[in-house]
Amino acid sequence: MSTAFGDDKRILIVGASLAGLRAAETLRAEGFRGRVTIVGDEPDEPYDRPPLSKGVIAGRFPAAHTALPRCEPLRDVEWRLGVAATGLDALAKRVLLLDGQSIEFDRLLIATGARARPWRDPSQAKLDGVFTLRGRADAERLHARLAAHPNRVVVIGAGFMGSEIASSCRELGLAVTVIERGPAPLSGALGGVVAERAGALQRDHGVDLRCYTTVDALEGDAEGRLRRVRLSDGSALDADVAVVALGAVRNTEWLRGSGLAAGEFGVACDAGCRAIALNFIVTDDFFVAGDVARFPHPLYRHQFLALEHWSNAIEQAAIAAHNMICAPANRRPHLAVPAFWSSQFGVNIKSVGVPSAADEVFIAQGSLAAGRFVAVYGKEGRVVAAVTFNQGRWIEFYQRLIESAAPFPPEASAADRPTPSAPIPVAFPDPTAVAHEATAILTGYDATDRRVQWIPRRRAAPAHGAVNPR
Amino acid sequence: MREEAILRTIYDPAHRAHPYALYDQLRQVPVRWQEDGPHEAGTYVVSTYREIAALMHDPRISSDLRKGAQSGGPRTPAAPYTFINLDPPEHDRLRRLAMRHFGPPERSDYLERLRPDIERIAARLADGLQGERTIDLVSRFAYPLPVTVICTILGVPHEDQAQFHLWADALVEGVGSNAPEARARRLEASLALNRYMAELVERRRKQPTDDMLSCMATDAGPEGRMDDPYLVATAALLLVAGHETTVNLIANGALTLLRHPSILERLRHEPDLVVCAVEEILRYEPPVQLLANRTTLDDVSIAGTTIPKGVLVTFALAAGNRDPLRFRDPGRFDPERPENAHLGFGGGNHYCFGAPLARIEGQIALRELVRRLQGPRLVVDPPPYRPSPVLRGPQQLLVEVDGVHPT
Repeated sequence: MSTAFGDDKRILIVGASLAGLRAAETLRAEGFRGRVTIVGDEPDEPYDRPPLSKGVIAGRFPAAHTALPRCEPLRDVEWRLGVAATGLDALAKRVLLLDGQSIEFDRLLIATGARARPWRDPSQAKLDGVFTLRGRADAERLHARLAAHPNRVVVIGAGFMGSEIASSCRELGLAVTVIERGPAPLSGALGGVVAERAGALQRDHGVDLRCYTTVDALEGDAEGRLRRVRLSDGSALDADVAVVALGAVRNTEWLRGSGLAAGEFGVACDAGCRAIALNFIVTDDFFVAGDVARFPHPLYRHQFLALEHWSNAIEQAAIAAHNMICAPANRRPHLAVPAFWSSQFGVNIKSVGVPSAADEVFIAQGSLAAGRFVAVYGKEGRVVAAVTFNQGRWIEFYQRLIESAAPFPPEASAADRPTPSAPIPVAFPDPTAVAHEATAILTGYDATDRRVQWIPRRRAAPAHGAVNPR
Repeated sequence: MREEAILRTIYDPAHRAHPYALYDQLRQVPVRWQEDGPHEAGTYVVSTYREIAALMHDPRISSDLRKGAQSGGPRTPAAPYTFINLDPPEHDRLRRLAMRHFGPPERSDYLERLRPDIERIAARLADGLQGERTIDLVSRFAYPLPVTVICTILGVPHEDQAQFHLWADALVEGVGSNAPEARARRLEASLALNRYMAELVERRRKQPTDDMLSCMATDAGPEGRMDDPYLVATAALLLVAGHETTVNLIANGALTLLRHPSILERLRHEPDLVVCAVEEILRYEPPVQLLANRTTLDDVSIAGTTIPKGVLVTFALAAGNRDPLRFRDPGRFDPERPENAHLGFGGGNHYCFGAPLARIEGQIALRELVRRLQGPRLVVDPPPYRPSPVLRGPQQLLVEVDGVHPT
């Protein structure tokens, strides 16, 4: 077996997590015998992140048990772990590393993912007891602290990460307050109707949930230990642990100046995972996959989607790797329907499609009140997403409705379809409340010197720093 | 053969040993009308992998016999339907109340704790074969293993197990037969079994032991407990579904391995290959060949056909498992088949409740047979089959051996 991309070629993968690993496995599985190097800033070989906010911090199993299984042995892959990439010289096809070394390549896969958004005030963020959660080391530290029975844990942000952390804390019997800027947990991802149910779930499980609230300040004592969390409503909470769960920041800084369309929203690429340059010309030797990628999806009017989903990382990495080594005519598009799951407060949540693309929602099966249901999301008369609470077995059916642009509301007469049922507004929070940071400007006058340039937007600090990204 | 009569031919006992050419024929049209079959009124048969997988996840397909096109026989409040023949939300609640005492999340370690018991039972059965040269693997091994295991799980006393076999037999022989006598026998056995189970539930409630029935009878969980008639019916369901199918899994597995001596030989040296071998047996010779209890709640358009509302739908799992669009070289038995997402356990919300137990039993049983039997060879091929086309497996599986290794 041999590939169109010759065995004398060198492929460099920057990012040693799920997408990076899957790409390397695909390269070898499809017969690429050239050099493969994987660079990762964490010291560990690829591991699985979803369990960190669940079983690991709850102490059900150690973080070391999250190593990702290998579909290929990858014995002949060169690992450069514990060293971050700091720059890309696109012309010389060279990636610069933090240790001063550099690696040359013929083709590059950018899979640097994202990191937890840090607390906005660095001195407050440094207080002992303030955590973020993204990696294995974060999970080990947080688990150790939770296992020591803190008096109160404050979770800042009720997205999926914050909600799962709160769930794990309750599993440990800890007192938890969740601070959420929006009307309910998960409202940015699932809309207000379903989010209200997620809020009830938290309260039923003993979470002190504060919506329409942000954190003004984290206050410590003389020893630098967190003592108090000051809220936007003027009140304050005594707390010895605060977990900042305000979403993720994509790791694209190292690509500044590379000429690729990389910024806060990720690295833009085409459906074949080829990176797009700032001038919007598709590149040939730079590919993107995973959380850091931004790609056009035909089901959503070719809008560029940036997904932080486990399954997207796997599927996109496999497509990217395939396209890196195949003949151009054999390239495949990344067309997977977005999907993710969460597990919190004893409920399995599954989502397929893009709920935030919808303006109406419809309960097609089960009931919101019972906490077991299928919510179908629609936009302009077609199904664009579905979310299940403890009804995940049906999700494939709704995925097919999305794929086939089925009419909304769906006509399916399920056995457990509630009556009466009618679509209602989905109630997503105002997206303009989310701060946009990056932008691009045009420079030059002639066609020969006209350029696109990325600039960071200068902006005032937000009134309430707890920016809760959607 | 007429196009509308392929299923009838599959039901004909004369074709029991070799149904797969008929399933290939069935698959020529993914979804089609068949006269007769499980019910005089006829049925739509779905036989291709993709279409079966789609409809198993389709909420317009009902398993509730009260809404069904197929008559489920008389039912009273004293003998209600179990979750296998119900839709959400009833199905979900009853299945959850049973699963609480069987598997994750509440009882994740239960089956692993049972594993040494199952290994002991298998070893003891193999011990009992020592000194013999011609052995019926069905009656001596494939049958007693799962029935002993399910009786342990349900807390059925050892002395009652022989009577259990008789009831279970009567219940299963009736499946797939429309003959009035078969139906009558099935009903009679089911009533007797239910009476027995009702007594056992009472006993276990007074004197609970570590078994699943005791747990269900004394459940103090947040959702409460199953009402007694459901509890009795569920226990009877678990008994029948929990061993008849596994008997066939073990017997079909042994038969398949004996027909593929090189793979049997490999298993001697690579015992861990048995895990994938069991999956491939579930694809290649599935113990449940047809699911014939579904009804459309609406018109359902699929693969160019519209199945009208209110008709019986049959999933031909055995045909889907050999769909060349899903499985490369589907007629080949290949324990190393990649991505073997077979339909052997069904799918969707009715996915086999006991699948994790069946896997463990199948793996332990076949590993034990491979390890213990010296030079096994088939005496009769094909073996005589049990009558049911739905739960398909040998009636008897005679093998000659040079001896039986000690434990």
